Amino acid sequence: MEPALVVVGASAGGLRALQLLVAGLSTDWPMALAIVQHRSRESQALCELLQDVSALPVTEVNDKEEIAVGQVYLAPPDYHLLVEDEHFFSLSVDAPERWSRPSIDVLFESAADAFGDRAVGVVLTGANSDGAGGLRRIVDQGGQAVVQDPATAEVRVMPEAARRAVPEACVLPLEAIPGHLANLRGRNRVPCVGGLR
Amino acid sequence: MTLPDAPTTYGAEVERLEIELLLEGIYRHYGFDFRSYAYASLKRRLWKRIHADGLSTVSALQERVLHDAQVMERLLLDLSVNVTAMYRDPTFYRAFREKAVPLLRTYPFVRLWHAGCSTGEEVFSMAILLEEEGLYERARIYATDINELVLRQAKTGIFPLEKMQDYTQSYVRAGGKRSFSEYYTAGYDGAIFNTSLLRNVVFAQHNLVTDRSFAEFNVILCRNVMIYFDRELQNRVHGLFYSSLSNFGLLALGSKESIRFTGYEDRYEPLDATEKIYRRIG
Repeated sequence: MEPALVVVGASAGGLRALQLLVAGLSTDWPMALAIVQHRSRESQALCELLQDVSALPVTEVNDKEEIAVGQVYLAPPDYHLLVEDEHFFSLSVDAPERWSRPSIDVLFESAADAFGDRAVGVVLTGANSDGAGGLRRIVDQGGQAVVQDPATAEVRVMPEAARRAVPEACVLPLEAIPGHLANLRGRNRVPCVGGLR
Repeated sequence: MTLPDAPTTYGAEVERLEIELLLEGIYRHYGFDFRSYAYASLKRRLWKRIHADGLSTVSALQERVLHDAQVMERLLLDLSVNVTAMYRDPTFYRAFREKAVPLLRTYPFVRLWHAGCSTGEEVFSMAILLEEEGLYERARIYATDINELVLRQAKTGIFPLEKMQDYTQSYVRAGGKRSFSEYYTAGYDGAIFNTSLLRNVVFAQHNLVTDRSFAEFNVILCRNVMIYFDRELQNRVHGLFYSSLSNFGLLALGSKESIRFTGYEDRYEPLDATEKIYRRIG
């Protein structure tokens, strides 16, 4: 089976949401997961906080690191994380986008271009609109979109913006997202069960 | 013969073809070789320029670039300027102070190569560090970049005043020993750094992709420059660095750059694995 990639964007309130999400994935999960969480450039603890609850190994990405299934990858603070043609990640220190580095849009757009219909984008809680454009691109390139139900988000601005940009996205309460992701197998489409549409 | 259906969207294959043609054209006409740059970030930078100029295809940009050297000059800035900061990654500078400086003290003279120095923030950071450690009088920093314009900017020693608060914090976290404000005066145009800090700095244009080694060095700093290169080009540049380092010379990379994915891993031992400071051992 061809590898497939789930990309996740989170901002304000993201820690709890991300912990719940990675805790729901088991070691036989046949996908790779890449996360952008907005944070200060000194913030180092996130990787450990996620590893504490995750059965899958969680690492901060090194430049040109290969994408392997069953791994959780985290964008390092103060770098953009990009996906190169299907096989590996790259980093950049280009200017922040929408005041953010790492930027969710940068990850999502490059994942859409590299993985096409084998990319899945997930937008979680946050106080800005980063990720909306990238999620749109993922769907336009044949991939799938999941948005946290704003009512279940600590901060609802970001999932609301994503939902406006991608009305066809599967909107799920936070608790239902890990189960949805766990059912993903490559490019196969997972029905939006328990969602708002 | 039938033609394939025209793609309804801007197809990825056509886009890649256009980008490859553009890069080939730039290389053959101007000599700048971006053909082995990491594709995803290169593409982002190109599209920023295309949109800013009100164009809609890569080919349209190509037409302008090939017929107007000024468009090329601007695109060169777009593609080659790396955003940096003074004491970017303070923990790196602290590690350099604590682990590299004691080694360098044993040398009568220290030659450093700062490859891809951009607008000079990190050159000043290193000059200040060496000065405070009493090493600067017997050191020479060769600061190079592909881009003449950023070197000119670096030589002025003028940086935005509004960044000084941030830089001061980083300087302190990096183990700075004085008051950071001793090194600059607040001027009308920005913070003007004491240019005597540049007395042992040689700025020179150098292209890591196409130029050769030009001396033997005790330290090579190349941080967050090669992240813009693809793996094959990274390997080539690692070869250049390896052959430019003296035995037991130090190689400093960005904090998220790994030597693991290159063919040179076994030629170095880590001096500080976290901060990506390596020592040539063979």
